[in-house]
Formats: sequence, structure tokens, C-alpha cells
Amino acid sequence: MSILIDRNTRVMTQGITGKTGQFHTRMCRDYAYGKECFVAGVNPKKGGEDFEGIPIFATVKEAKQATGATVSVIYVPPPFAAAAIDEAVDAELDLVICITEGIPVRDMISTCQRVEGRKTRLVGPNCPGIITPDEIKIGIMPGYIHRKGRVGVVSRSGTLTYEAVAQLMEQGLGQSTCIGTGGDPVNGLRHLDVMQLFNEDDETDAVLMVGEIGGTDEEDCARWVKGNMRKPVVGYIAGLTAPPGRRMGHAGAVISGGRGTAQEKLAVLEECGIKVARNPAEMGKVLKSALG
Amino acid sequence: MKIHEYQAKHILHQFGIPIPRGHPCFSVDEAVAAAEKLGGSTWVVKAQIHAGGRGKGGGVKIARSLDEVKQFAGKILGMTLITPQTGPQGQVVRRLLIEQGLDIRKEFYIGLVVDRGRRRVCLMASAEGGMDIEQVAADHPEKIHKVYIDPEAGLTAAEAEDVTNRIGFSGTAVAETAALLQNLYRAYDSTDASLVEINPLILTGENRVAALDAKMNFDDNALFRHSDIADLRDLDEEDAAEIEASRYDLSYISLDGNIGCLVNGAGLAMATMDIIKLYGGNPANFLDVGGGATTEKVTEAFKLMLRNPRLQAILINIFGGIMRCDVIAEGVVAAAREVRLHVPLVVRLEGTNADIGKKILTESGLAIISAGNMADAAEKAVTAAASAAAAAIPATGS
Repeated sequence: MSILIDRNTRVMTQGITGKTGQFHTRMCRDYAYGKECFVAGVNPKKGGEDFEGIPIFATVKEAKQATGATVSVIYVPPPFAAAAIDEAVDAELDLVICITEGIPVRDMISTCQRVEGRKTRLVGPNCPGIITPDEIKIGIMPGYIHRKGRVGVVSRSGTLTYEAVAQLMEQGLGQSTCIGTGGDPVNGLRHLDVMQLFNEDDETDAVLMVGEIGGTDEEDCARWVKGNMRKPVVGYIAGLTAPPGRRMGHAGAVISGGRGTAQEKLAVLEECGIKVARNPAEMGKVLKSALG
Repeated sequence: MKIHEYQAKHILHQFGIPIPRGHPCFSVDEAVAAAEKLGGSTWVVKAQIHAGGRGKGGGVKIARSLDEVKQFAGKILGMTLITPQTGPQGQVVRRLLIEQGLDIRKEFYIGLVVDRGRRRVCLMASAEGGMDIEQVAADHPEKIHKVYIDPEAGLTAAEAEDVTNRIGFSGTAVAETAALLQNLYRAYDSTDASLVEINPLILTGENRVAALDAKMNFDDNALFRHSDIADLRDLDEEDAAEIEASRYDLSYISLDGNIGCLVNGAGLAMATMDIIKLYGGNPANFLDVGGGATTEKVTEAFKLMLRNPRLQAILINIFGGIMRCDVIAEGVVAAAREVRLHVPLVVRLEGTNADIGKKILTESGLAIISAGNMADAAEKAVTAAASAAAAAIPATGS
């Protein structure tokens, strides 16, 4: 299986005509089964046109009806990105992956409220996307560093996830699915949601959870893992040296009111029986040892 | 983005929140004139800096005569105020707020902030006003009353009244305070704030409420729709290197170590700082050049690090995805040509076009220490910084 996406997934790109949307749609189309997977684009003013043979529709609803796409990836600029997510939710897509960085928190609070209780799953915003190696990549990660395998990867970061994947590859470990949940404070799926999916996935043997300072996603996930997870989990938390009160690049990577420190998270992870890599150069090695 | 207390009060006043009468001042003469204009017999002289805890550092004084206003204003203006939030280096006071003194009967705490877990704005209210609220939250969480606000409905009258009662208001002050809370949420919501705090909110001898102190932070990502708020930015309150970095859209944070880091991606940048520490070194900065860095951006990032007088080594850690390693390499070479490179440079390139990048660096003739992976890079940077430090400070035999 893999989680959330595979070669049979059909994807539309919202914001396909912008510079970023064009570039990454090409890269995704050229990866593995991408040609069959990326079937539509959305731009309210360019319905009826096409992007290098991929038909463009004015609305998500039309794109879904015409092509059967049930997943969308969003590259729309920040002032309009939350509305783009809303449109995808209202069109009842299965999954929306929002890559856009810089969406106001107020917009995401309203959008997350809209997602609640609906069938749509939201990943992101401000995330690298999802890849099921050798089948499909939806997002901005470099596809060639991945290989199909049996380790699941969930992370709030972009390049740190690529680093983790490269370390897994050095250990000869491929990945079932790698998913970036994003660096914003208010977002869609969190570590816990993804961990539950990996737990149910027959093709995932172990999970590498890459976290960072800010919020309580990692702790919430760890507490669930303790009583429920049937597979080994290895954790890493970035930001041990981050000063309090400062936003470390990601809008969500901030220690506020003394909470959300890396020390606190690592302690909870270990309490919950998760094997922790304290050295970021050893994420792959520790995961390998956890597999026994 | 942060703003000053007097600016926050001005915004809150526009949303109908009662505040003490007062005037911002930039000189002692202005301060005395402001006090005269306010009248009365008691004034508060308040240092305006972005950090909290000003009272503890001697930045807030009560004056009982115009002479005292003059005396305190003279003392506070220009002083380096050290508070628990400024760090040991403190912050120079360049602005004052002169306010009328009010008769305080009771103090409360009111705050609005995003609760990430619930994906909602949370109103926090407590009868423990004027205290360090983080301490109250840690010791007596039951004394903080919370409302998680529905973004569609806003803070309802019923919710506002309920929380007002719970923190101990009674009689006519209940309606006034409940209205204040609703107005406060409106202020938070319509300005795209990320934090609003009134600590303390006071009940006066005349049974009226007022925001005696006020703090507002704003969501940087929403400033594009609030140019009036963006204009309130006070560059004097910010780190010079960080201001320079923001001009080039670089994410930079000054730290107190001696190993400069240039990394692509926030998570990897934090991990790089951590691994430097793990190998016994200290990072001089956090620097994320982002995913779409150009040669120019990398050049500026490099120059920025080189300006730090404490710098004794640089570690470049790039995992090329969209960002190609050859672009980074070109930026490094261009920067090194512009600015004399006086510290050892350790470079680790991985991912897209890493080989081309390494070739550019080798052929540049720059003295570069090349590293194979993160651990190797950190180890080499720490060693290089240590020997640079040893060379700079001759050992004094004991």
C-alpha cells in the first residue's frame, strides 16, 4: 500500500500557471508515474487552456468532474491560498496538499474550522508535500534521493527530511511514504494523524519522526505511540540550541512561554519508549538499529 | 512583529478599550510638557522598549511632582534597561510614555493568543493580574480561565460575561468588562495580531476598568494587509544584522557563539546549530537562505556572517533540492571575492548538483575545508574555530 497517495492517485494543481506551479508540476509529472497522475490544473481565469498538455479548469469542481482527480496540490500565493484550500474542501476532494508558505494564521484558523468534520484531509501549508517513492511525488522534494522501501517518514521540515531520507538510503533503507506536515503553527494533518496511518499500512515496518521546537505535535504523537503503535518509531527533534521567543525560520518553530522546547519534547519521546537520535547525523543509523 | 506599549494602547483605544490618558515622549522637555498637559498630581514615567519586565529593571517610575517627572525622565531616557526579557546586554531606552496616575483597586490579567492544538484563538483571563503569567500558568493553572474562540462567531457576549464573572468581577463592572473583552477580540482579529496582553487590566476606585499596560504582537505573514501597522516597526529595537538580513529576505537570528552557519531550510539550519553544539562548539547565528536563493542572496548572507566580530569559522551545510548546490557555490565564491575571508570555511554540499558545486569551490582557489556529511562538517568547523581562537588569543602561561 503506502499511505495517502500511490500510482493510482489523480492530482490537480491549483496555481498551475505561476512560476512555482509550472516548475514543480513539470518535476512531478516527470517523476515515476507522474504522467498518468497529474491530470488537471486550476486557474479561475484560464479555464479551457492547457499547461503543456495538462488541461486547465476554472474551478476545482470542474477539474474533479472532468478528470476524476481527487487530490489537489496548491502553489497559490499566500494572500489567496486559504481560499484555494476552501474551494478544494467544498469540492469534497480526498486530500489537499498546500505547499504555499506565508499564509496568515487568521486565514488558516478559519480554513481549519471549515475542514473539520469534512471528508477532505489537509496536509500543510508551508510543507514540502508527500512522496511515495518510485510511484508518485506531489510536492517540491527532490524525487531522485528516494527509493521505494518500508520506512515511513513524517516531518515538519523540508530539507531536514531530505537529509533524513539520504541517511536512510545510506543504510540501504527505502521509504514507503514520506510526508511533510509543514512548518506553520496552524495546519492540517499532524504527526499523530500520520503515525496512525503508518500503523495501519502493511508496507510500513518502522517510522522516522522528525520534529522541531514549537507546539506539542511530537508529544501528542508520542503519547499515542506508547499505547497503540505496533511498529518501531525513531524520533529526532531539531532546535536544542534555539533561543526562546524567536521564530526559527518556520512560523511555527518558536519556543513561547517556555513551552515547546526540544528538551521537553525529547523527554516525552523517551518516556513513551520512542528511540531518540540526539545527533542529527545519526537518524538513519538509529532507525536501522531499531529495526533489529 | 512587535510594537511599543503606547502604540498598542493607541490601537486598543480605537477599538473602544479604555486606557489611561497619556503621551509618548522623546525628550525630557516633552515629558514635562506632557505631564503638565495631563494635569493632576501623579504621573507614571514608563520606558518604551519592546521587551517586557520593564518595572523590574527600573524602567517604570511613579512621579508625584513635575520635578520628579523631569528627574525620572532624565534618568530613564538613554539608559540601557536590562530586564529578564532583554538578555544581559539590555536595550537602550529612546522613547517614554507619560501617563496619568490611576487609583488601582484590583489587577487582572487578560491575554489572547493562538492555541495551536485546538487551532483557535484562546482568551485567557485571571484574577492574578500584574504577575508573571507564565509563573501563574505553571503553579496555578486553575487560576487561568480560558475561552477557545469560534472564528465564525467571535467572542460571544455570553462567553465574555461568563469569564468576567469567573475572574471575580461583580455589579456594574461586569457589563463594562465583558464589552471590553469582546472589543479586545475584535482588535486582535481585525489587526491579524498574534498576541494581545493586558497585564494588568485594572479596576479603579471609581469602579471603572482600564488597560494599565498593553502588549501587541502581529503575524508577519499578514502585514501585507496592514500597512498602517507595518509602519509602526521600530528598527532601533531590532538587531542590526537581522534588519540587514530581512532586506534580502533571509531568515537570520544572531546568537552568541563563534561558528557562523549558512544552511538551506529552517529545520536543517536548527539541526546544524545543534550538531555544532553537540561537537563542543557554539553557533554564531541561525541562517536559512531559503529554497529559492539566488547567487546575490547567498553573497549577502555570506557577507552578513563575516561582519560578526566574534566569528571564528563558517560552516555551510546545503542539502540541494530545488536549491542547487552550484548556485550556493557561486555565491560563496562571489562573496569571498568581495569580502576578505579571514576565517576557516567548512563546506558540506549534498543533493542536486553537489558535484558541480564542489568543483566550483575547488577551482576558486579559496581555502575550503570540504566535509562529507553533517557530523564530519560539524567536527571540522569546531576544530577550525578552536584553532582560530587559539591563534587570535595567545595563551598566557600560568
